[in-house]
Amino acid sequence: MAAIIRQRQVVADSWQLLKPAADGTVALPDVGDVIVPLAVWRSQRDALLGRAGGLGVWLDANDDPAHIAGDLGHFAVIAVNFPQFTDGRGYSIGRLLRERYGWRGELRAVGDVLRDQLFYLTRCGFDAFALRDGQDANAALAAFDRACLPASSERNRRRLG
Amino acid sequence: MYLYDEIDQRLVDERVAQFRDQTRRFLAGELSEDDFRPLRLQNGLYIQRFAPMFRIAIPYGLLASRQLRALAYIARKWDRGYGHFSTRQNIQFNWPKLEDVPDILAKLATVQMHAIQTSGNCIRNTTTDHFAGTAPDEIVDPLVWCEIIRQWSAFHPEFAYLPRKFKIAVSGSEADRAATQVHDIGLQARRDASGSVGFRVLAGGGLGRTPLIGAVMRDFLPWQDLLTYLDAVLRVYNRYGRRDNKYRARIKILVKELTPDVFRAQVEEEWAHLQGGPATLTTAEVDRIERRFTRPHYRQSEPASSAYAGALARDKAFNNWVRRNVQPHKVAGYAAVTLSLKKTGVPPGDATADQMDAVADLADRFSFGELRVSHEQNLILADVRQADLYELWQAVKALGLATPNIGLLTNIIACPGGDFCSLANAKSIPVAEAIQRRFDDLDYLHDIGELDLNISGCMNSCGHHHIGHIGILGVDKQGAEYYQISIGGAQGNDASLGKVLGPSVSQAEVPDVIEHLIELYLERRDSEEERFIDVVRRIGIEPFKEYVYGSHHKTAPSRRRQLAAA
Repeated sequence: MAAIIRQRQVVADSWQLLKPAADGTVALPDVGDVIVPLAVWRSQRDALLGRAGGLGVWLDANDDPAHIAGDLGHFAVIAVNFPQFTDGRGYSIGRLLRERYGWRGELRAVGDVLRDQLFYLTRCGFDAFALRDGQDANAALAAFDRACLPASSERNRRRLG
Repeated sequence: MYLYDEIDQRLVDERVAQFRDQTRRFLAGELSEDDFRPLRLQNGLYIQRFAPMFRIAIPYGLLASRQLRALAYIARKWDRGYGHFSTRQNIQFNWPKLEDVPDILAKLATVQMHAIQTSGNCIRNTTTDHFAGTAPDEIVDPLVWCEIIRQWSAFHPEFAYLPRKFKIAVSGSEADRAATQVHDIGLQARRDASGSVGFRVLAGGGLGRTPLIGAVMRDFLPWQDLLTYLDAVLRVYNRYGRRDNKYRARIKILVKELTPDVFRAQVEEEWAHLQGGPATLTTAEVDRIERRFTRPHYRQSEPASSAYAGALARDKAFNNWVRRNVQPHKVAGYAAVTLSLKKTGVPPGDATADQMDAVADLADRFSFGELRVSHEQNLILADVRQADLYELWQAVKALGLATPNIGLLTNIIACPGGDFCSLANAKSIPVAEAIQRRFDDLDYLHDIGELDLNISGCMNSCGHHHIGHIGILGVDKQGAEYYQISIGGAQGNDASLGKVLGPSVSQAEVPDVIEHLIELYLERRDSEEERFIDVVRRIGIEPFKEYVYGSHHKTAPSRRRQLAAA
C-alpha cells in the first residue's frame, strides 16, 4: 500500500487511482476503494454507485470542477492531477472546490507533486498529497514546519491561508 | 516608504530559510536541476552567460537610503562592485555565486527587501510612475494601491505557477508614466464624479514577440473591488492561458485569441462569484496599509528661492540640467530630480557601489531619505527643495550622475544584452555607447529635443524597443549580430508600437542610421516644438525609409550634421 501525506502525517493509503486506457475506459476492480477519472464518473455513474468499496473522482488539470458540483455527496475523496508541478491549473481547481462548491472532504493532490509545492497547495485547500514516485514523504513533512501565523484577520487568511 | 509589519517580516524571513534549504538540497544533489529551476527563479536567480544573474525586487521603484546602502554592500561583498537598474524598477547583479544567494537574501531581509517573484511564471514586481506622490498632474497617489497589490500578489498560492510571467503596472496621473498600456494588466487610477477612487483596467498588453496594446476591461472599477477583480482575471488566465508553447503563453495571446469581448465576459462571469467576497477591500484595510507609509513632511509655504533663480540665470550648465533633469512637484518650492544613469561610456542603468552609497547620502540630505528607480533606468530624488537644487547639482555632477539628457536621445533605455544575457541575440551596451558618442554634442542633442531611444538585445524586449520613438532590436542573421530599427513607437497616453524601417543593419551602421533619421526629422519638422515622434506620425515612415536606405546616405554624415545644427 502506498504512503501518502494526509492531514500533515504520513499514512498508508487504501485508494487506487484508476487511469484510463487509450480508449478512455478503465478496468474497474470488483472490490476496493477507487478514484476514477471524471469522464468515467460521468459515463458510468450508475455502475459506480452500485459498486461495493469507496468511491472518489479525480480531475485532470483541464477538467472543470463545475461538472461535479452537484455530485459531491457521492465521493469520499476528490483528487486533482498535476501533470507537471509547474502546471498551476490545479491550484485554481482546489480553491474552486473548497470555496465555490463547498467540498469539505479529502482534497488530494496527485501526479507531479513535490515537497516544495506543499505550502501553496495547502493554502489552496489541499489536505492530502500523493507525492511523485521516488519522493520521501517523511522528509517532505518539513514543508509544514513554517510558522503558523494566527489566522485572526481576513488579511492573514488571505495572505497565509 | 512602506514599513514592514511583523507579518511582512516573518514571511520574508521564512522565505530566506526555505530557499537556504532548497539551495542546500540542490547542491547536495537531492533536488534535480529541473525541480530546482522554478524555485530559484521565484527567488530571482537566473543562470546567465557567465554566472547566475540575481534580480532583487524594488517594489514599485521606491527605495529607502538604508536599502540602497544594503545594495551597495551586496555589490561589494558578493558581486563586482556595481549593479544594474532594470526597466522593471528592479536591480540586477550579474556575478553572484549560487551558494552565496541565501546569505544575500538574509542581508536583504534585514532592510525589508527580497527577491521573491522577480522571475518565474508568477506575478512579478508591480511597477508605477516614478513621480508617484509628487507629480502635479496626479489624480490618485498610486503608492498605497501598489503596496496592496504587492501584499496580494506576494505568495499568492493560486498564481505561483501561471502559464507565463505576469506584470502589473499602475498609473495615477493624467500622463501615463508607467506604460500601463503594454502590461499584462494596466491600472489607471482615477476618480468618479463623487471623488471616489477607482481604476480603469486594461488587460492583454505587452511587448515581446507579439507586441499589443492592452484592451479595456473596465472603465471604472471601484477600489473596493480591486483585488477580487484581479483574482478573477488571473484565475481565467491561469485556467485557460496556453501552456503548450511558451511564446504563446502570455495573457495577451489569450485575450487576442478569444477576442477582448469574450475574455472580458469570462472574467465578468468569474468575478460574479468573487465580487463582495473575502478579498474585498475595506477602508480599514487601506488605512492600515496607508498608515505604514512614512510620508515626507514638507515645509509649508516655502518661499521662492532667489539664490536658485540667480543660479539659473548665471550658470548655463545648471540651467541645462534643471531644464532636462528637474521636474515640477505638487508642493510649491519642491522639485523631483532625476539622476541620470545614462552617462556616455557607462552601460545604461548601471551604478557602482560607491555611487549607490553617495546617492543614499544625498537622499538623506536632500530628499527625506528616499529615492525612486524609474523604468527608464534612472534614479530619482523626488522631494528636493528648490533652494537646495544648486548644491545638489554640484554633488551629483561630482558623482557623474548629472548628464542633462532626461527625455533626450542619449537617455537610452537598454537591456544588458548579449554581454550578459544568455537569451540575447546581440549586444546592447556597445550599441548604446556608439550612439551616445555620435550625439555627444549637448547643444545638438537639446536641439533635437525629446526623443526616446530603446534597445533590446532580443525579442523578449526587456529594453522596450517597441515603444521607443526609435527602437533597436538585436537579431541574429546567420550567426552575426544585426539590428532591426523601428520608428514611431511611444509610451504614455498615446502609446503606439513602432514600425520596422527596413532590413536590419550591422552594429557599425547603427549610429549612421540613427543620424540619418535625425537629419530627416530636423529637415521636416515644422518647428522646434514638433518632436521626432510627431513628425513620424505626421509624415509616416516612408520618407524615413527612403532617406535611410536610398542614395542620400552617401553624403558624409558629419557634413550634414553641421548643416542641421547650424
